Amino acid sequence: MDFFRQHILSIIAFWPLLGMFVLFFINKENKSAIKWWANFVGIAGFLISLPLWFWFDRATADEMQFVENVPWIQTLGANYHVGIDGISLLLVMLTTLLGPLAILSSWTAIETRLKEYYAFMLMLQTGMLGVFISLDFFLFYVFWEVMLVPMYFLIGVWGGPRKLYAAIKFFLYTLVGSVLLLLGILALYFSYPAIAAQHPEISTVFGAGNTFDILAFQAMGSFLPANLQWWIFLAFFVGFAIKVPMFPFHTWLPDAHVEAPTAGSVILAAVLLKMGTYGFLRFSLPILPSGTKQFIPLMITLSIIAIIYGALVAMMQPDMKKLVAYSSVSHMGFVTLGMFALNPPGLNGSVIQQINHGISTGALFLIVGIIYERRHTREISQLGGLSNVMPIYATVFLIMTMSSIGLPLLNGFIGEFTIMVGALQENLWWAVAAGSGIILGAAYMLWLYQRTMFGRIENPANEKLLDMNLRELATLVPLIIVAFWIGLYPAPFFGVLEKPVNKIVLKVRPDYSLGAPRLNARAGEQR
Amino acid sequence: MGQFFQMQDLAAITPELELLAFGMAILLGDLVVERKRTLGLVALLGIAVSGVFLFRLRNVEIAAYGGLFVLDHFSMFFKLVFLIAAALSIAISLKYLDIERENHGEYYALILFATVGMMFMAGAVDLVTLYISLETMAISTYILVGFLRSNQRSNEASMKYFLLGAFSSGILLYGMSLLYGLSGSTKFADIAEALSRRPPNDPISLLAMITLSAGLFFKIAAVPFHQWTPDAYEGAPTSITAFMSVAVKAASFAMMIRIFMVAIYPLRPHWVAIMAVISVITMTVGNIAAITQSNIKRLLAYSSISHAGYILIGFIAGNDTGLTAVPLYLLIYTFTNLGAWAVVVALRRRDVIGEHIDEMSGLFFRHPAASILMLIFLLSLAGIPPTAGFIAKYYLFAAAIQTGHNVLAVIAVLNAAISIYFYLRIVVAMFMRDATEKTGLTYSPGILTAMGVAFVFTMLIGIYPDPFIAMARQAALLAF
Repeated sequence: MDFFRQHILSIIAFWPLLGMFVLFFINKENKSAIKWWANFVGIAGFLISLPLWFWFDRATADEMQFVENVPWIQTLGANYHVGIDGISLLLVMLTTLLGPLAILSSWTAIETRLKEYYAFMLMLQTGMLGVFISLDFFLFYVFWEVMLVPMYFLIGVWGGPRKLYAAIKFFLYTLVGSVLLLLGILALYFSYPAIAAQHPEISTVFGAGNTFDILAFQAMGSFLPANLQWWIFLAFFVGFAIKVPMFPFHTWLPDAHVEAPTAGSVILAAVLLKMGTYGFLRFSLPILPSGTKQFIPLMITLSIIAIIYGALVAMMQPDMKKLVAYSSVSHMGFVTLGMFALNPPGLNGSVIQQINHGISTGALFLIVGIIYERRHTREISQLGGLSNVMPIYATVFLIMTMSSIGLPLLNGFIGEFTIMVGALQENLWWAVAAGSGIILGAAYMLWLYQRTMFGRIENPANEKLLDMNLRELATLVPLIIVAFWIGLYPAPFFGVLEKPVNKIVLKVRPDYSLGAPRLNARAGEQR
Repeated sequence: MGQFFQMQDLAAITPELELLAFGMAILLGDLVVERKRTLGLVALLGIAVSGVFLFRLRNVEIAAYGGLFVLDHFSMFFKLVFLIAAALSIAISLKYLDIERENHGEYYALILFATVGMMFMAGAVDLVTLYISLETMAISTYILVGFLRSNQRSNEASMKYFLLGAFSSGILLYGMSLLYGLSGSTKFADIAEALSRRPPNDPISLLAMITLSAGLFFKIAAVPFHQWTPDAYEGAPTSITAFMSVAVKAASFAMMIRIFMVAIYPLRPHWVAIMAVISVITMTVGNIAAITQSNIKRLLAYSSISHAGYILIGFIAGNDTGLTAVPLYLLIYTFTNLGAWAVVVALRRRDVIGEHIDEMSGLFFRHPAASILMLIFLLSLAGIPPTAGFIAKYYLFAAAIQTGHNVLAVIAVLNAAISIYFYLRIVVAMFMRDATEKTGLTYSPGILTAMGVAFVFTMLIGIYPDPFIAMARQAALLAF
């Protein structure tokens, strides 16, 4: 047990990879064995991550916990250094929850080349978990890039008609961002020794030599010259903004989402996009406080454009999946808006909204996938009146629609509300823009629901549709439970977030008074 | 005096002598041995024995033959690379030559002679030694390129390579003669000293530098001196293309390091400027041209051009990191690229030429293991972690950032990102298209071994690069 507790993060992260290697030894004709094994690995992966939630020490949620630190490439100063704080805890849990659900949802959807499919799904899981637990920038970068390959194959092999185009676009976009990110990392890496030499308080903790330690970079951050911070922030910005994706780097997303198989879209929306926002939170903000401040106007502008533009484009989509994809752009705009409001409510809301987006958009993609499996179309005009034949489906869809538009009692409300509070503390107009995004969001989601679910069945092909079966229900029930949990009792979530978020805020704005929230709408201009 | 021949000098070149002896023996054996594949195995044995001799000399550092030829960690490292490249190239040739119906003993002997030339190049610190060893390598290679006697493309490639190679050697020689005129010596150290005493913008020194650089850029196929490469690579027997793209290139870089970092180091501000431009256009042109290729050999030829562009970053940086990066990159590139070429060689069968990208369609369905290995080699060429190619590229980019060449670094990383596009074209063909009746591979023990070795090292250096970095660093630091 001690061994398990000391290495829990590594076990969680590499368990899917181990499962993948075992998968290689299953005969490819034995389809049910492959499916059962992949599902077993996924669910077991979730179960072994559960202790994290209970063992995590909330009193020190801003410290890294479950840390493992082993030298890896000593000539470079790169270590195998993993650990989680409150923010990464939530994202790790999100990943281990969504992974098995995505695998389960593929049971009948994927008929060809099963072995490779599940192998890539499991490999992807390891890559994503690795990103959220890495505390060494080199290690982080390895995981960050490794997961491109399985995702590329998932889109390129099991995708829709334009899969090759979408897959290469996804790969190229993200790779361009990643390599610029690498240059930013290198700039930090080479700046460290000089700064550590001048500041004994850093070098005594993290050593004087070259290091990729993220905590060392965070400690050094405020001593970096503002000019250099601007450049490094720019490099990080390109890398992370493409992943989020922020306007105007979002164009790969609709293509990738529409062409990817259902499970690929779920993982893409629910977890992969979070890697971008996580990157901002973990690296850009704490390591580059002055760079962050210089970029606030740009980041806020892009966020607001994404919120409104994403919503407007979503409204006009004839394809359900594309609609959900553009709604992602809009929702991720909220996440970045809250983040760059740079106050505790904004950041808390931003992280909660990341989880919410994972839950509700992940669920919406599953819902779209269920109808696609039955009808082999996602055209809204082909559907309509489905609530008559698929009542359970209609109910689940309704709950998730409400969650997505931020109805009170459900998770979306909590996230959007706290982000609005954060935005309002800084600038009235930010909140106004965000508010209009919420209204537009309600409009396109409700309109979608109305067009597909209500009314009479006009299209004869829809008359004999089967309702959801138990397996499909099983992929969605966990998400519904979490959606209600966050909506009704979010305290446990805010409980793990409060400390790490306050730490980030104080890092970027040392003068910020945590005690008295400033409700002055003009405060944003005093920075 | 030390100018005269001493017995210990002979000991310094035992690996080369031994390899030469094996080459001669193979030529003689060719008269009596019917199964030519046996001669290939003899050549492999010769390389192994040479490796043993090399290992025994691993800690010896001397200047032999009155300072014409040195043994140091730098030359040791490169000799190791050449031996690995030669061994793997021979391994992939055994079956391939049978299919081409051109299995002759000279082939193996010529590879060994070329390798001997390269090994002398790595140790040469004198213009004459350097030039003679360069020509030993080059002439052997010209013949090997045209080895498919009945194949028109092979003949054309050989002729083109020979003419342009001779031309570039001429230019190189011109530069060398100017250097000799300036310094009165053929030794690199004397030349450097003489150059440092001349005025900073001395036109004769600059002329010598420019002609020398042009000759060397020809050898590494840097743009705009690259036009021979795609044709020579396409026409040559595939196994020789593999050998050229790895060993000949590594030897040319070894020679470049000695010349630029020792002999004409005093002119560094001037050549760095030229090299920065060459580096940028080489990687960009190589990548862009590769995008449009549908012949795998040409595609990999252009990819090897762009790799030369990346490697030049190490020279431009010129610091510890940069100079470690060059040998490290070449070592990693040797394994990765030879692995990829091994798969291309295996595509050639009796009735299938196996050079068009469509002939790889659906390869995964017929040969899953080989396709996965090819995928890993291609990802390594593109520099995706956790393969060795990432470590190689990381080192170069790090060197550029460390020395403040930020614009160069940005251009280089964007190029690296673009390059994934054409590597993925091969992946798309292998994994995402249906197999045709042409799809298939010829396996042989040699090819399987080469693929296996390449795979193991590509992953090993990617995941645990420490010992290899240490070797490269030792090579880089102690050479100068």
